[in-house]
Amino acid sequence: MPQVQLGAIDYAILIVYFAFVLGIGWFLRRSVRSSEDFFLSGRAIPAWIAGLAFLSANLGAQEVIGMAASGAKYGILTSHFYWVGAIPAMVFVGVFMMPFYYGSRARSVPEYLRLRFDEKTRGLNAITFALMTVLSSGISMYALAKLLELVLGWSFHFSVVVSAIIVLAYIFLGGLTSAIYNEVLQFFLIVLGFLPLVLIGLKDVGGWSGLTAALAPVATDAGYPAGAWTHSWRYLGSAGSNPMGVEWFGMVMGLGFVLSFGYWCTDFLVVQRAMAAESMSAARRTPLLAAVPKMLFPALVILPGMIAIALHHGRGGFLPVGADGTPNYNLAVPTLLAHYLPPGLLGLGLTALMASFMSGMAGNVTAFNAVWTYDIYQSYIRPGQPDRHYLRMGHAATVFGILASVAAAYATTRFNNIMDMLQLVFAFVNAPLFATFLLGMFWRRATGHGAFFGLLAGTAAAALHHGLTLPHGSPPGLKGGFLGSVLHTYPSEMAQNFWTAIVAWTTCFVATVVISLLTERRKSDVELTGLVYALTPRLRDDDQAWYRRPGPLGAVVLGLTLVLNLVFW
Amino acid sequence: MTFDLRLPIGLMFTIVGILLTGYGLVSDEAIYARSLGVNVNLWWGLVLVVFGLAMLGLAMRGRRPGAT
Repeated sequence: MPQVQLGAIDYAILIVYFAFVLGIGWFLRRSVRSSEDFFLSGRAIPAWIAGLAFLSANLGAQEVIGMAASGAKYGILTSHFYWVGAIPAMVFVGVFMMPFYYGSRARSVPEYLRLRFDEKTRGLNAITFALMTVLSSGISMYALAKLLELVLGWSFHFSVVVSAIIVLAYIFLGGLTSAIYNEVLQFFLIVLGFLPLVLIGLKDVGGWSGLTAALAPVATDAGYPAGAWTHSWRYLGSAGSNPMGVEWFGMVMGLGFVLSFGYWCTDFLVVQRAMAAESMSAARRTPLLAAVPKMLFPALVILPGMIAIALHHGRGGFLPVGADGTPNYNLAVPTLLAHYLPPGLLGLGLTALMASFMSGMAGNVTAFNAVWTYDIYQSYIRPGQPDRHYLRMGHAATVFGILASVAAAYATTRFNNIMDMLQLVFAFVNAPLFATFLLGMFWRRATGHGAFFGLLAGTAAAALHHGLTLPHGSPPGLKGGFLGSVLHTYPSEMAQNFWTAIVAWTTCFVATVVISLLTERRKSDVELTGLVYALTPRLRDDDQAWYRRPGPLGAVVLGLTLVLNLVFW
Repeated sequence: MTFDLRLPIGLMFTIVGILLTGYGLVSDEAIYARSLGVNVNLWWGLVLVVFGLAMLGLAMRGRRPGAT
C-alpha cells in the first residue's frame, strides 16, 4: 500500500496527545503512597471512570485491528463477540460475581482463588495469567509497530521503543490510577477518532442499504447466501452456510458461554478495574456501565472491516493482497484511514490507533505487575516485607513487564489473524477457568484439589482436542493436528477454537465436581463466608434508585442487546 | 492527591478541536477530495470543541461547593 506522509498538523495532534498522557501520569505521581495505591488505585475510583477503563483496557490491538479484520473476513457475524459474548458476560460479572470479588477484599483474581480454594490453585492461575498477559501485551505492541512501519514508514524498532517508553513512564509515575485515567482519555479519543472514518465510509458506500447490496456479491462469490455478511443469526443453522464455519450451538456455547464468560468474568485485566472502584455498589455497576457503550462498538470496530471488504470487492484491490491471493484483513483500518482522511483528521485517526494500542498495553502491564508482586513475589519469593518493599517491586515489575512484552513483540509473527491466535490462547487457559469460578462461587462443596486438578484436566483436554483436530485446509502444526492423527476437520479455525473451549470447559467442570466429591472439604462455612453465594448475606440495595441497582441495570442492558440481535438478525 | 479527570479530557479535546478547526479554515479545499468533498477537519474540529467544552463545563460545575 502507498505510504502516507504526515503533515505538521498530524504531528501536532499526536504530540498534544502524548503530552496529556504523560501529564496525567506526572500529576498523579503523588497519589501513590502504598502498594494498594499503586496496584488498586487505593480503591477510590468512581463507577463511570472504572467502567470506561474496564472497556478501554480491553480495547487494544485485538479489538480495533482484529475486529475490523474479522468484520472483513466474516461480516456482521463478528458482532457475536459482543452481543452473545461480552455483554451477557459483563452483566453476569456485575450482578453475580462482583459481590465475591469486591466483598472478599481480594487484591487480585488469583488471590480470590487462594481464599476460596488453596495455594496451588492460586499459583497455577497467577503464573499462567502473568505469562498470558505479557504475551498479549507483546502482540499489541507488535501489531502497532508493524502497522506504523507499513503506513508511515516508521522503523519497527522505533515504534516499539517509543510506545513502550511512554506507557512505562505513565504507569511508573501513577500506577493503576494513571493507567485508568489514561484509559478513559483514550476511550474518548478512540471513539471520536474513528467515528468520522465510519461516517465517511458509510456515506461513500451508500449507507447500510448500500453496504448490504455491496456485500451480497462478496458472499455469493465465496459460495455463501447473499446475506451472509449482513445477517448475524439467519445463516447460523449449519456451519456450511456462513463464512465463520460455525453453527449456532458452537457460537452460543463456545464463544458466548465459555470463551466470553471466561474472559470477562475471570480475567484480572478487566476485573482489576472493577476492584479499584470506590465501593461495592460502584464495583458492581462498573461492568454494567461499560456494557452500554460496548454494545455499540460493533459500529466502530466491525463496520470499518465490512466497508473495506465491500470496497475491495466492488472497486478492485482496495486492500493489499498476499501471495496466496487473500486480502490482508489486518490492514482494513489503516487502509481506510489513508483512503478517506485528509491531513488533520488523519492525525486524529492515527492518534486514536496509537491510543488503543497504549490502553491495551497499559491494561496488560498493570494487571501483570499486580499479579507478579502480590501473587508470585509476595507469596513465594519474599513474603513478610514492609509495604514499601512491595511498592518498589511494583515499579520494578512495570519495567520488567514492559521489557518482557517487547521481547514477546519480536516473537509474534505467525498468525494472519491476531484474533484467532488470541482465541487459541484463551481457549487453553481461560476456557476451563470459568468452570472453576462458577463452581467456586456457587457450590460450597468444591475443594482445592478439585479446582486445581480440574483446571489441569481442562487445559489438557484443550490441548488434546486441538492436537487431534484441524481447521479445513491447514497443515498440521500450530493450527492443530500436532498429535499425529487428525480425528476431525472443522470448517474454520474459529469453529475449532470454539469447540476446543467447549471441550475444555466441560472437562474441567466434570473433573472438578468428581474430584471435589472424592476429596475432603478443608474450608469451613465460616472461612467461605463472603466467597460463596449460599454463605454470603444478600446485598440490600432497595433504597437506591433503579438505575444505581445492578439487577434492573443488568436487565435493561440485556434487553437492549436483545433488540440489537433482532435488528441485525 | 488526584484531580477531576474531566479537566484534562476537556482540555485536550478543546485544544485538538481548535487545531483541527483552524486547519480546516486555512487548508486547501483540494485535500478534501478524498473525504467526499466535505471539509471534515472544520466540522469534526467543531464537534471536538463542543465535546471538550462540555467536559470542562461539567468539571467546573463539579468544583462548586455543594454541587453533586
